Amino acid sequence: MAELPAALLLLLPALLVLAVFNIYPALQSLNLSFFDWNGISPTKEAVGLENYRAIFRSPEFWNSLRVTVFYSAGMTACALVIGLLAAVLLNQPIQGIALYRVLFFLPVITPTVAAGVVWRYLFDPSQGVVNRSLALIGVDGPSWLTDPSWALFAVIIVAVWKRVGFNLVIYLAALQGIPRTYYEAAELDGANTWQTLRYVTIPLLAPATFFLTVTSLIDAFQVFDLVYVMTSGGPLGSTDVFGHLLYRYGFRYHELGYASAIAYVMFVLIFVVTLIQFRLTRGGSHEG
Amino acid sequence: MRARRTRKAVIHLVLIAGAFVASMPFLWMITTSLKPAGALYQQPLLIPVHFHWRNYVEAWNAAPFPRFFLNSAIMAVGITLCQTLFSGMAGYAFARLKFPGRNTLFLVVLGTMMVPFPVTLIPSYIIVANLGWLDTYQALIVPRAASAFAIFLFRQFFLTIPREFEDAARIDSAGRLTIFWRIALPLSTPVIAASAVFSFLFAWNDFLWPLVVTTSPRMQPIQVGLAMFQGQYGTFWTLLMAATVLTIVPAILVFLLAQRRFIEGLTAGGLKG
Repeated sequence: MAELPAALLLLLPALLVLAVFNIYPALQSLNLSFFDWNGISPTKEAVGLENYRAIFRSPEFWNSLRVTVFYSAGMTACALVIGLLAAVLLNQPIQGIALYRVLFFLPVITPTVAAGVVWRYLFDPSQGVVNRSLALIGVDGPSWLTDPSWALFAVIIVAVWKRVGFNLVIYLAALQGIPRTYYEAAELDGANTWQTLRYVTIPLLAPATFFLTVTSLIDAFQVFDLVYVMTSGGPLGSTDVFGHLLYRYGFRYHELGYASAIAYVMFVLIFVVTLIQFRLTRGGSHEG
Repeated sequence: MRARRTRKAVIHLVLIAGAFVASMPFLWMITTSLKPAGALYQQPLLIPVHFHWRNYVEAWNAAPFPRFFLNSAIMAVGITLCQTLFSGMAGYAFARLKFPGRNTLFLVVLGTMMVPFPVTLIPSYIIVANLGWLDTYQALIVPRAASAFAIFLFRQFFLTIPREFEDAARIDSAGRLTIFWRIALPLSTPVIAASAVFSFLFAWNDFLWPLVVTTSPRMQPIQVGLAMFQGQYGTFWTLLMAATVLTIVPAILVFLLAQRRFIEGLTAGGLKG
């Protein structure tokens, strides 16, 4: 008890900020979702569940859901596989590991806005590196960012480029924690490289895979910067992810109640995905 | 022996291809930023042969970039200082002090990490607007002055410091706050470094919050400035790439300087967490 005053003093700044700008807004967002409010008018009109009904009736929402799920699943899966492959290769006794690791990691710390600007140029239909490279092998590349059937792929490619380094670093740390005896046993049993990867390495990496899948999906569901810079949700809504839908309704159309309801639908979806993941893998423990 | 050597060569080949894809956008960006506008579409695309430094001067003057940089620097340093100090303080209280409700409170702090940022965006914006903080440094710094993740890092670290260090000081009847400031905090330089790098990179690269709470170039940080610049100079690629290089350099410098700490922090948060 004697330590209570000291504790209060030490905790006060951090807890105050978290309470005012995290916990309260999380609850207030739910509250706002039951009102119709433009953010300026002094009165808010209570509309019950009307915002949610409107969301589920709106084709825009279902389009956004489809786009967000496709983006999140695609980006997560690709970056996991590439990150794992690169980590397994880097875990061999070869030279230059530190250099490879830095090169793979640079995209991770590159500001998303800057990455978006550079990749917009890379995806330039006639002069960009991507289509010039495709032309070398005789492929006529699409106009990536202005073609509704390609824009989302372009955004996913950049997201994967930015994520692989992170997965690689986590996988590499996990790989270095696997005792050599497992590999010696596999070798004695005459397992080839592929079998060792499939039956030894991948199962033992389950906790890392679980962590990476969950964090990647959570991040991906909230994506905004990349889409805002590369496509602004277009063309024809083909990249209109949740984050962008929310931004449009909150800060362009000033429908704060409706935007808050979108935020809560997003919150619930992220929560459910996390729970399912947790159930499926039992929190990533490989003993279970 | 030959089989092993072939195997290594194949591994290097795959890794070099991967590293090339990872770094090619940087090569293209730098090369473009140094080309005179007339040579824009000429080969080579990925190796600078022109050194037209004027692009940087022109980009720097085409938009209020000095101001954007100043704003970003103030915001990033402010957030880094606050997050590191406040998280160190809170982490120490959670690790070392006894008070009622400690564990519940710590779970609440961890719970805030589960809330996606967009969910808090609109109410936070309303609070800042009601405080009259729109388009100020307070709006950019205060809402992000604490980090649950950093509190977690500090708490885990303080749990590992032997209590004897502090007991010695306590015999000298030093108070808890003195012990924290004089003994615990100086011992935690590795965590301070990791936490500070995370905070700085987060703040330097952050976009959505600054985008909504700043309304004028006078207060906009560099990422928002770059997005606006792109809006105006959409296809002036040489200037656009020069401006982009300028926004990336500080992030890369900080990362290269503190790389080891950064990676240690990441893997600690990811695997032992």
